[in-house]
Amino acid sequence: MTTNASQHRDLIHRFVTETFGQYVLSHDDFRGDLSLYIKAEGLIPICEAFLEDDSLQVHFLADLTVVDWLDTERGDEHGRFEVVYNLWSMRHNYRFFLKVFLPDTEPRVASLTDLWQGANWMEREAYDLFGIDFVGHPNLEKILTPDDLDGFPLRKDFPLTYEVPHFTWNKDQPPEVIR
Amino acid sequence: MTTATAEAKTLTINMGPQHPSTHGVLRVELEVEGETVVKATPIIGYLHTGIEKTMESKLYYKAAPCTDRMDYLAPMSNNLGYALAVEKLMDIDVPDKVKWARVCLAELTRLNSHLVWLGTHALDLGAMSMVLYAMRDRESVVDIYEACGGQRMMTTYIRIGGLADDLPKDFDKRVRNTLKQIKAGIADYETLLKENQIFINRTKDVAVISAEDAINWSLSGPMLRGSGIARDLRKDAPYSGYENFDFKVCIGEKGDAYDRYRLRIEEMNESIKIIEQALDGMPEGPSRAHVPGVVLPPKLDVLEKMESMIFHFKIITHGFDAPVGGVYQGIESPKGELGFYIAGDGTNMPRRIRVRPPSFINLASLPKLCEGQMLSDVVCAIGSIDIVLGEVDR
Amino acid sequence: MGLEEKIPDSVIMTSLDKMVNWAHKRSMWPLGFGLACCAIEMISTFSAHFDLARYGMEVMRPSPRQADLMIVAGRVSRKMAPVVKRLYEQMPNPKWVISMGACASCGGVFNNYALVQGVDRVIPVDIYVPGCPPRPEQLMDGVLKLHAKVETESLKDKREEWGTKIA
Repeated sequence: MTTNASQHRDLIHRFVTETFGQYVLSHDDFRGDLSLYIKAEGLIPICEAFLEDDSLQVHFLADLTVVDWLDTERGDEHGRFEVVYNLWSMRHNYRFFLKVFLPDTEPRVASLTDLWQGANWMEREAYDLFGIDFVGHPNLEKILTPDDLDGFPLRKDFPLTYEVPHFTWNKDQPPEVIR
Repeated sequence: MTTATAEAKTLTINMGPQHPSTHGVLRVELEVEGETVVKATPIIGYLHTGIEKTMESKLYYKAAPCTDRMDYLAPMSNNLGYALAVEKLMDIDVPDKVKWARVCLAELTRLNSHLVWLGTHALDLGAMSMVLYAMRDRESVVDIYEACGGQRMMTTYIRIGGLADDLPKDFDKRVRNTLKQIKAGIADYETLLKENQIFINRTKDVAVISAEDAINWSLSGPMLRGSGIARDLRKDAPYSGYENFDFKVCIGEKGDAYDRYRLRIEEMNESIKIIEQALDGMPEGPSRAHVPGVVLPPKLDVLEKMESMIFHFKIITHGFDAPVGGVYQGIESPKGELGFYIAGDGTNMPRRIRVRPPSFINLASLPKLCEGQMLSDVVCAIGSIDIVLGEVDR
Repeated sequence: MGLEEKIPDSVIMTSLDKMVNWAHKRSMWPLGFGLACCAIEMISTFSAHFDLARYGMEVMRPSPRQADLMIVAGRVSRKMAPVVKRLYEQMPNPKWVISMGACASCGGVFNNYALVQGVDRVIPVDIYVPGCPPRPEQLMDGVLKLHAKVETESLKDKREEWGTKIA
């Protein structure tokens, strides 16, 4: 980490912990990237503050993704789903992450679509593949998978392949390969 | 398929998924009032391949070939992004020679991608001959890929910790010849398009997006720079030794389709400059980092040395165990910010590989770009975003 | 054409077959339809360098109703499969299908929840072209093989295949 990057890291860290200390659970610097673990209810206030703030200009939501920590120590400890918000400071060209852990049953977090238009499709994708419920999203529907696919394919308990019968001896009921 | 509703006086038109101007299998549902588009809704997923899930079920090494098949116009950029992300996760540093070669190949990829974009975009707008010229020049880039990786498109040449093999002996000569051809080609394209009144009329003030909107929609690459924001990860968050190269970040003014066309042409010129610098300063050295147990040893060592053979066997059969934690590596692919978020979980297979697909996120702004435009401008808007459906749907 | 119903199996019939097959072979119009990576190689094949126009095939038809060859260039997802089937059904007889690339032929490297493991589960395929993606020369070879196949066809067989409603 260069000195510049460490200064920017401290600026961001201070900005979040000073005002929103009650929401921040912990932080880490894995491979030089700052990750702030926050409570789900703190997401909207923190992001709103970022958008209003002009000294850091964290105005760019670069990415949004989910990690499924099923059957791991990390998942058992914090919650199965980790939603990762990838933010970028336009002024300092610095990237950092906000991470929210969600439980196995009814994973639910507030939608960022009111703050960033770009979050719309990212959240739809996360819903489609992981089944995370983004509260307040205007159009939370399937985006990638076909309508007749049940379940959320990128969850770890979803099988990678699906079995289709190649042929059958029962000529009255031909195999339904494509519905 | 058309349906008319009596009271609203709008018409719903379905465009795609099999349509010559949607660059693949994109489907757009257009609501039009006369010739004016009221609402455009892109419907995607017709090429959903489950690449992320497939990669998560493979060893880190074996996931690499899947990356080519996402943005198939820029395979080397995808390889580079993935290799850099895994190297960051495993904390590996690669030799200078590898960095220089990677920059060279990534910029060649940019030329490849922009050439195909230029050809197909101009074809959509009626300039039929452009696609023939662009594909002709692309052939010379693809020939270089073939010399390096033995394949025309899906090379998987950039691997974790280095390159698949040393650069071919006549690499320098080949690349310089190609650059000469493409330079002459760009001059030709400029005479065909730059002051072509039809092309200008169809692209100027079409599909405009302002700087604030571009940031709010999370756009990246030429879509963002076309609106005047100089965000280029090669400058802003340099990777693979880009800080050593002298180049300009090109920006547009108005953020319309014509600006993005100008910008991509200028980017091609800048890419040529970068490649020339990389060729001039190409250092000598090994084509792979020496990290036993993580990076495959050179083939000759495997045949001659006992330890190398053991490591080779171990990596091929078991792979390597990654630490617990997530890293993100973004690179400036021809389409925009291509990022790989890789979460390791202590085993030899990734817990999560997330690709930040620039085309997907740029395509989300299509309703904004098409609002209030003419029906025929939708084709121009789709073209100027520069989407690759393989990356949009993954 | 209706002629073959009146003419008995004879020298005239085989000569007619030859002529019709020659015409089919020399003016085969592919459907302009690309799915994934292979589509780019397909464009290369149609472009100036490799020039498929040499075999009378340069006219890509955007509408399935004017096409008689479908080149399935790329992976077929479960969402796309009904569309591919629909397009195939919209093409008028006689029609042929080339499955281009590993994904269209057998699913390729993607044996997962999202892909149809081979387009032949949805529509009948005449020629399989292997490769990921196949080189333009390989596609051309596939096209020539298809031409050879077309030469062996007979109007009589088609009548049985298409049923009684022969055009």
